[in-house]
Amino acid sequence: MIFHPAIIALCVASLFICLMIAYSAYYGIKIVKGWDIKSGSEQQLVLERRTYLISAILTYVFGFYLISLFLYVFTVDRLHIVFTGAMCAAGVLKVNSYGYPTLLLKIMIFIFAGLWLIVNYADNRAYDYPIIKTKYLLLLILTPLVITEMILQAGYFLQMHPNIITSCCGSLFSEGKSSLTSELASLPVVPMEVAFYLSMLLTVYLGISFHRKGEKGYLFSVTVAIAFLISLVSIISFISVYYYELPTHHCPFCILQKEYGYIGYFLYVALLGGAVSGMGVGVLMPFRNIESLTGIIPSTQRKLALIAVVFFLIFTALVTYRIVFSNLVLVS
Amino acid sequence: MITLANVRKIFNQARPNEYTAVDGVSLQLEEHDVTVFKGPSGSGKTTLLSLVGCMARPTSGRIHLLGREITSLPERFLTEIRRKTFGFIFQQFHLIKGISVLDNVMLPAYPCGERLSVLKERALHLLDLFNVSQKAHTRVEWLSGGEAQRVAIARALINGPSIIIADEPTAHLDSMHSHELVEILRGLKNDRKTILIASHDPIIYDSDIVDKVVHLRDGKVDEGDTGPRTRGHLQLLKGR
Amino acid sequence: MERWIERQKNILDFTLSSLFRRKWKNAALALVYVFLVFLLASVIFFTHALKQEAGIILQNAPEMIVQRSIAGRQAPIPLSYIDKLKDITGVSAVKKRLWGYYYDPTAGANYTVMAPEDVQLDPRSIIIGEGVSRTRQVFKGSTMRFRAYDGKIIAFEVKSIMPSESELVSSDLVLMSEDGFRRLFDASGEYATDLTLQVKNPRELSVIASKVVHALPDTRPILRDELLRTYESVFDWRSGMALFLVSGAILAFLILAWDKASGMSHEEKREIGILKGIGWETSEVVLMKFWEGMVVSLSAFLAGIILAYIHVFFTSAAFFEPALKGWAVLYPRFKLTPFIDASQVATLLFLTVVPYTLATVIPSWRAATVDPDSVMRM
Repeated sequence: MIFHPAIIALCVASLFICLMIAYSAYYGIKIVKGWDIKSGSEQQLVLERRTYLISAILTYVFGFYLISLFLYVFTVDRLHIVFTGAMCAAGVLKVNSYGYPTLLLKIMIFIFAGLWLIVNYADNRAYDYPIIKTKYLLLLILTPLVITEMILQAGYFLQMHPNIITSCCGSLFSEGKSSLTSELASLPVVPMEVAFYLSMLLTVYLGISFHRKGEKGYLFSVTVAIAFLISLVSIISFISVYYYELPTHHCPFCILQKEYGYIGYFLYVALLGGAVSGMGVGVLMPFRNIESLTGIIPSTQRKLALIAVVFFLIFTALVTYRIVFSNLVLVS
Repeated sequence: MITLANVRKIFNQARPNEYTAVDGVSLQLEEHDVTVFKGPSGSGKTTLLSLVGCMARPTSGRIHLLGREITSLPERFLTEIRRKTFGFIFQQFHLIKGISVLDNVMLPAYPCGERLSVLKERALHLLDLFNVSQKAHTRVEWLSGGEAQRVAIARALINGPSIIIADEPTAHLDSMHSHELVEILRGLKNDRKTILIASHDPIIYDSDIVDKVVHLRDGKVDEGDTGPRTRGHLQLLKGR
Repeated sequence: MERWIERQKNILDFTLSSLFRRKWKNAALALVYVFLVFLLASVIFFTHALKQEAGIILQNAPEMIVQRSIAGRQAPIPLSYIDKLKDITGVSAVKKRLWGYYYDPTAGANYTVMAPEDVQLDPRSIIIGEGVSRTRQVFKGSTMRFRAYDGKIIAFEVKSIMPSESELVSSDLVLMSEDGFRRLFDASGEYATDLTLQVKNPRELSVIASKVVHALPDTRPILRDELLRTYESVFDWRSGMALFLVSGAILAFLILAWDKASGMSHEEKREIGILKGIGWETSEVVLMKFWEGMVVSLSAFLAGIILAYIHVFFTSAAFFEPALKGWAVLYPRFKLTPFIDASQVATLLFLTVVPYTLATVIPSWRAATVDPDSVMRM
């Protein structure tokens, strides 16, 4: 265990969030069981009022995970000093088997919470709350994710054994590990670039056409999800390389550092924002024919599609700018 | 038109202190009319007004407001209808202390997301209408009773409601200010507003602006107690 | 979108005015909040700056130090080892170091005595650190007497006083020539305290270290990176411990915040009742409460951070001095280099604003769900 202030902060805040989400889930179950919009009973009114609290909590959870995601990476990155062989966050995340799963869960929870808020937004606009039960059942999926994330994160930090000099043993040597960054999948650059630009093009095209005509919502959302994954792989495969101007450096975390003007934050926020809003379109698709939502969902979806397109365009623009003006030439 | 069909409101349902405030009221209230709900305290006047005014939902029964059924709407939507449709004048005015008259008047419009400058203009116009514009930047606790009442009315009108609800508006006013209030209500009536008043003050229910008096007793409409004078008055008005 | 912004603006506007009206009621909580942020931020800034400082110092440290140990204790290393080390491939230079501690009974303090190779001193003169100068009241040109291993008194002339920029390390230093050192401590000319190694390729450090152990089994190599790691952990541990101790205060603060948020005054309840009555929706009152929390949190946070910054970097953590002085008599009067990064701020946010916000969300929501018709019954 390393007693770093940021680690304590992360664990403490996670614990609080867990308590809140468990609280929400408890009342979520009550809402699913006892909901009767037609009833004028006080019981129904109490449940209705609970929904405000749960919405507020979920909004906080969403915001929390965004900061938590970056603080986690940042803290882990800072710790590379205490581990032999680790050059940055990529290596430190590998010191035990909890590091990467925690990170992945954080991303998943962020996206999930965002999607939940989108569904919530739509539902709250319909006078009869038509998807309230579905919504709170979804909350029951989110809850175990959040709890698992807290446990994994705690496990990750607890199982860390930093390589430091102790009074009993002399010195420690790095065990001649090969550079960890080199182990990261380095896919062939040209096909990756082609795939990246194709996915971006397709996303933007489908997004704009959805914004105009409101058609092919599912296709658009699936494309967004794929484009999101391709972008993540692309960051490792070639985008980061252009930022570092080192053909062998594939780290997806170092771009978050000051040396690169914190550009990573912009890249990841654009990407995450695009993913949440784009997938939000698809999540709303099954509900668009519910009578009280017909006037609400299509316009919400169009807005979301537009937001997603803007985010992905920002991302692509940042990447392209760098590729064009980088001193490094990967593809001649 | 506002229609109430067998509306019932029970507080603390299924508990020992259960209490029926409104017990099976059916009514039809016409638009652009002034209706007074009259009855002793505890007769359910206020509760009935809060049900019509979308402040609370009835335990059972149906309320139709301007053609829309509002009884099964969640609070969120009731509020939306309420702030677009109703303006409220409360018994004790209920202005918020410590902030200016102008801020008080604009308060109901804050959540609607209007530009503040537009809002301010409208509020000043309303204050002007009720002769209190010179007090716009005064704190409300320094107002006289009559001024406070006019500010409360201006606040009720800020969102341009079509229905005004007043709950015992003269309870804290002397006769002079009560008459002044009647005149203001007359002006609102001439502006084609629907006005609902709960009152047991003769200055109100005997006034010539009143189109209909509903007597309430123990949460029920008391048909037998409709005084002949009022009825006659009503006939007189209808005949006009 | 514009409507949304206007709505936020209007509600924030009202929130600010109502906060301002109740400023004295909120003052106590805000004060505690500021103090808590100040405390935590001081700890974090301070240890981080120390870590930073240590890192800078170690940058100039040799990449590898070789010590000899006998029966698990450090012992003087024979100079003959130098040649053996030079024979290891990859080693570019080996230097001897002479250093030790001297206990000065007059001052009741320990000095670090060193005989650096790169500073030319005649056997009778020394260079001293600011801390030594301060406690012993010796200055440039005065004589300082030391009691040698055999009880004889040796007088040295103070040639200069080390500049105070790097006081954190140099405060208790006494530099002297090799001759002087050997006379003071009876250190034989055949031994050094330890040896430093330079290597051609830093990537081979660990390989070379294992070769050193192989060639000279009674030695132990210490890498600079290891020192860095150790410092890092020690400082992290310290600030972590400090935070752990403050956690009681955080908890107390949260309970206070919860209590404050749930125990609204009659006036506040009346106001929320009126707002609901005149057409504010529950979520709008929740929003108002959110802004209220944010305004309180962020102002307290900002104030606390600024105070901590002044405390740590301008007054050199004056409040911590009594606690830290226990470390050594020659407490350095140092000035830390200001250094703050986003992760420190995020850490502080997570320790204060996030728990505060979560602790107040339920009370605020409860306040916001007053029956709208309650205003009719007031």
